[in-house]
Amino acid sequence: MLRTDTGRLSLILLFTPFALWILLLIVLPQIGIGYLSLQVKLAPRVYEFGLANYFEFLNEPIYWNTLLRTAWISVLVTVLALLVGFPVAYYIAKIARKRSRAALFLLCLIPLWVSDLVRAFGWILLLRETGVFSSLLQGAGLIGEPVELLYNDVTVVMGLVYTVVLFMIVPLVSTMDGMDNALIEAGYNLGGSRFTVLRRIVIPYAMPGIVAGCIIVFMLCAGSYLTPVLLGGKNSMWFTEQIYQQFITRYNWEAGATFGCVLLAFTSLAVWLGLKLTGQNLASTVAKD
Amino acid sequence: MFDLQCDNLTKMFGAFCAVNDVSLEVPSGSFFSILGPSGCGKTTLMRMIAGFETPSGGDIRIKGQSVLSIGPNKRNVKMVFQHLALFPMMDVGENIAYGLRCRGDSKSEIKTRVAAVLDRIGLAGYEGKRISQLSGGQKQRVAIARCMVLEPDVLLLDEPLGALDLKLREHMKIELKQLQHQFNTTFLYITHDQSEALVMSDNVAVMNAGRFEQIGAPEDLYRAPSSAFVAGFVGDSNRWSGTVTALDRDQVKVGLDGGATLVAPLAGGSSGQGGGSSNTGRLSVGDTASVFVRPEALVVTPGLLPDAPDRNRLQGTIDSFLFNGANSRVLVRTSRGELIEVDHRLDGGLSRESVGQDVTLEWPHAGGICFKAED
Repeated sequence: MLRTDTGRLSLILLFTPFALWILLLIVLPQIGIGYLSLQVKLAPRVYEFGLANYFEFLNEPIYWNTLLRTAWISVLVTVLALLVGFPVAYYIAKIARKRSRAALFLLCLIPLWVSDLVRAFGWILLLRETGVFSSLLQGAGLIGEPVELLYNDVTVVMGLVYTVVLFMIVPLVSTMDGMDNALIEAGYNLGGSRFTVLRRIVIPYAMPGIVAGCIIVFMLCAGSYLTPVLLGGKNSMWFTEQIYQQFITRYNWEAGATFGCVLLAFTSLAVWLGLKLTGQNLASTVAKD
Repeated sequence: MFDLQCDNLTKMFGAFCAVNDVSLEVPSGSFFSILGPSGCGKTTLMRMIAGFETPSGGDIRIKGQSVLSIGPNKRNVKMVFQHLALFPMMDVGENIAYGLRCRGDSKSEIKTRVAAVLDRIGLAGYEGKRISQLSGGQKQRVAIARCMVLEPDVLLLDEPLGALDLKLREHMKIELKQLQHQFNTTFLYITHDQSEALVMSDNVAVMNAGRFEQIGAPEDLYRAPSSAFVAGFVGDSNRWSGTVTALDRDQVKVGLDGGATLVAPLAGGSSGQGGGSSNTGRLSVGDTASVFVRPEALVVTPGLLPDAPDRNRLQGTIDSFLFNGANSRVLVRTSRGELIEVDHRLDGGLSRESVGQDVTLEWPHAGGICFKAED
C-alpha cells in the first residue's frame, strides 16, 4: 500500500517511537536481565558464566513452591475474573441499550482513575482488625471481638480479581459487541435452551475475547506486586516479592535476574499452553482488530 | 385448515403502535407474503409470531393452538433471518444438526437427516464446509435447510433476499418458490420488494403504518387495489390528483388543475374487493381524489387529438425513452408538466427519434381507478 515516499516517511515517523520504546525499554533490559542471570558469583567481583543460578532456583523448594503458588493463584484469579466479568460484559454488549452502554463502560473504568496503591489501601481500611467490616459485624452483634480479615489468601484473591476484572471485561465486550443478535435469536428459534445457546453459540463466538482476556489477566496477576504484598502481608509468598527481596533486600542481583527470567519463561509457557488447549492463536485473540 | 392465524394482533412500544389490530389466516402449504415499506411493522409482526416479542393484545394460533404462552424455543415456527444468522463457528453440517441436537435426536438419525436435507437443496456432501466458503445462494439454501430439517409448521422468512445481488435475487425467487413446493410447508415471507411478493406468493397482505391495507392474491392486488396506498405501492402507477366534479354509480369525474377531466371507476365499486382501510364509500362532489393508471393501460398516439366521450385523453410531448428490453418505457410530459410513464410497445411506431414529438395519451375509462385522496 505504502508505495509513495510520503507513505514511507509517515510509516517511519510512526514506527520510530514504537521501535525505540520496545528496544530501549523492553528488549535491552530483558537482555541485561538474561545476561545477569547467567553470571555466577564466585567471590566478590569475580563472576563466571553458567547456569548455577538456575540450579539454585530448582534446588531450593521454597523458590519454586512460591512460583507454583503464584501460578495457581493467578489461574484461580483468572477463572474468577472470567466468571465475574462474563455476565457483566454480556450485559453491557448485548442487553443494555445503546445509550447506557457507554455509561456502563465508563463506570467500569472509574477504578482505574485511582492508583493501585490507593485502591489496595482502600481494601485495608475496610478489612483490617479495626476496619469498617470488623466494626460493623461487632455492631451487629455477630462477632464478639475484632477480626482480622487481611493477610490471608482469600483476601489476596479477592483483591486481585477486583484489580484485574476490568481487563477481562474490555476484550469480552468488544468481541460480543460484534456478535449479531440474530445469532442468539436463531439459537433459540431452532429449539435451543438458554444453556444450549450460551454453550454452543455465545461462548464459542466470544472465545477469542475470552482467551485474550484470560491471557491479559493471567499475566497481570502473575506479575503483580502491590496487591498481594499489601493485602497478603509479609508472608504472602508471592513470586514477585521474592524477586524484590533478591534485588533490594539481599542485593543479590544475579538471583533476582534469574527469578525474573524464570517468571517470564513460566508465564509465556502458561499462555502458550492455554492457547494450545483452546485451539486459538495470538493473532485471533489479542491481536484481533 | 390454517397453519397460522393471527387475531386482532396489536403491539405497542410505549405510545407508538407498531402493529395495529392485524388479523390474518394462512392456509396450510401456501406461500403468504407480507408486503410493506420499511417501518410499517412487518418485522415486529414476524418477531411476535416467532416469539421474540410479546403482543400487547390479540392472539397467535399455530395449527389452531394459541402459542402466546409458549417460549420462542418451543414453538414449531422456524425463521430465516434477514442476514441468515448462520453460526460462523460451526460448519454446514453442524449448522443444520444444531436444531436436531437441541431436539435430542440420536447421532445416527441426525447424520441421515442432515445428509437427506443437503441432498434436497442440491448441496449433497457439503457437511464439512465452513460457512465462509459458501456463495450467497448456497448460504441462503443452508439457512432454509437448517429450518426445514426440523419440519416446522410455518417457516418465517424475513427479507432473506435483501443482501443478494440482483441477478441472484431473481434466481432465488424462483428457487424459493420451488423449495416451498418441494417441502410443502407454509411459508410466511416478509418483504418490501413488491416484485418478490407478487412473483412468489399465493396470497399477499399489504401492510402500511401497522395495519393491513389489503389481503388478496397478487393479481387482485394489482388489478383491484382497495386503497390508494396499495394502488401506489404494488406495481407501477401514474397518479393524478384533482377535484371530484361529478359522481355516477361507479364512475367518478375528476377535474384536474389544468382544466382536463378524467373519468375513472370508483375503487371497490364493481370489483367488490372491499376491506382494508378503504375510504372510497365516503367520496362526494368537491372532494380531492386521486386517479391511478398503470403504464400498460396507456396508449400513445402521434398527433394532438381532441377529447373523446368514451375515453380519457391527455396531450403532451415525448420526453424520453427508457429502454429496458420488454419493460421499456416512454416518458411523456403532459401540457401540465407531469411526467407520465407509458409501456413502450415495440410495434408502436415510436423510436428514439420521436422525442419532442406531440402525442396524445389515451386510455379507456375502465383502465384507471379512483380513490379519495388521503389527508
